[in-house]
Amino acid sequence: MTAPRDRVPGDPWDGGRRGPCAGGDTSVGVVGGSTVGPLVRPYTMTKGRTRPTGRGGQLDLITLVVAVSDREEDGREPEHEAILRLCRRPVSVAEVSARLDIPLTVVRVLLSDLLAEGDLRTRAAPPVTELPEKKVLQAVLDGIRRL
Amino acid sequence: MASADSDTQPTEAIPHAVKIIVAGGFGAGKTTLVSSVSEIAPLSTEEVMTEASYGVDDLGGVEEKTTTTVALDFGRITIGTDIVLYLFGTPGQDRFWFMWEELAAGALGAVVLADTRRLDTCFHAVDFFERKGVPFIVAVNRFEGSTEYSAEEVREALDVPENVPVVAADARERKSSKEVLVELVTHVLRSRQAAMSG
Repeated sequence: MTAPRDRVPGDPWDGGRRGPCAGGDTSVGVVGGSTVGPLVRPYTMTKGRTRPTGRGGQLDLITLVVAVSDREEDGREPEHEAILRLCRRPVSVAEVSARLDIPLTVVRVLLSDLLAEGDLRTRAAPPVTELPEKKVLQAVLDGIRRL
Repeated sequence: MASADSDTQPTEAIPHAVKIIVAGGFGAGKTTLVSSVSEIAPLSTEEVMTEASYGVDDLGGVEEKTTTTVALDFGRITIGTDIVLYLFGTPGQDRFWFMWEELAAGALGAVVLADTRRLDTCFHAVDFFERKGVPFIVAVNRFEGSTEYSAEEVREALDVPENVPVVAADARERKSSKEVLVELVTHVLRSRQAAMSG
């Protein structure tokens, strides 16, 4: 009767893994006289930048990002808009990449733009060398047992 | 439109995210395990690496850049309002070692899925986690038509220390996969305690 939450058609959380040809020719735009497909040349989305700036440099695969809800602004890039729509609730960097079918390196650059603009916020991440605290581990254990 | 939630919680706390790595050779059942416990259908994210390709000396030293795409499959388990657990499968091929470094950083622990038909495919994983100090357990995945080996036989073949649990698993079964994860986190907690008490 009730489909699992993640299988509801049209749910923005559904899918996310589109084939490399998803959208086909319709996703191909013409920029500056050359044909550009977002998945063929992912760095066009970042205007050639391959490294995130500022706090974006600390974005791990599982860093959770969430949109700052009260910010409305015109003229954002479509990719930035898409990320903000997806991040209405906390979402990991890896999920943003998978759901929007944008490679991780590119997503990191786009997220760093949004962080710099104040459109996104993130939880201050502990240093990656630090293992989770004991109480977190215990909570994870209890949570898995409840599955 | 803003939901009622966002009105009552203007600065909603961002949960704490933790990750567990599911490693093993190609076809060992990593994605099967992830999907059996994940609350979402496993997702796949891609990392595009541009690297200078070596070994093209035949071309007279012409440096070529090749683009390699590495897919990472992962799932998610919401532990509570404040913790989200991600399960990441490692890329199956050895040449994607650079992704393992990133996966291992800050990981809570790892499950090495062993396929007894091809035990050699998980040597690398065992070595890697030992070297990185990432706590791990070995889960021997059951496959149709594979000879049943005891946990001890597998432990010996993989040269895994006594304190590392080796358990049997059926990655297709949610209950079994769940037990594997319980075993791992219990092992992590135990190791932590042992380290603290000297």
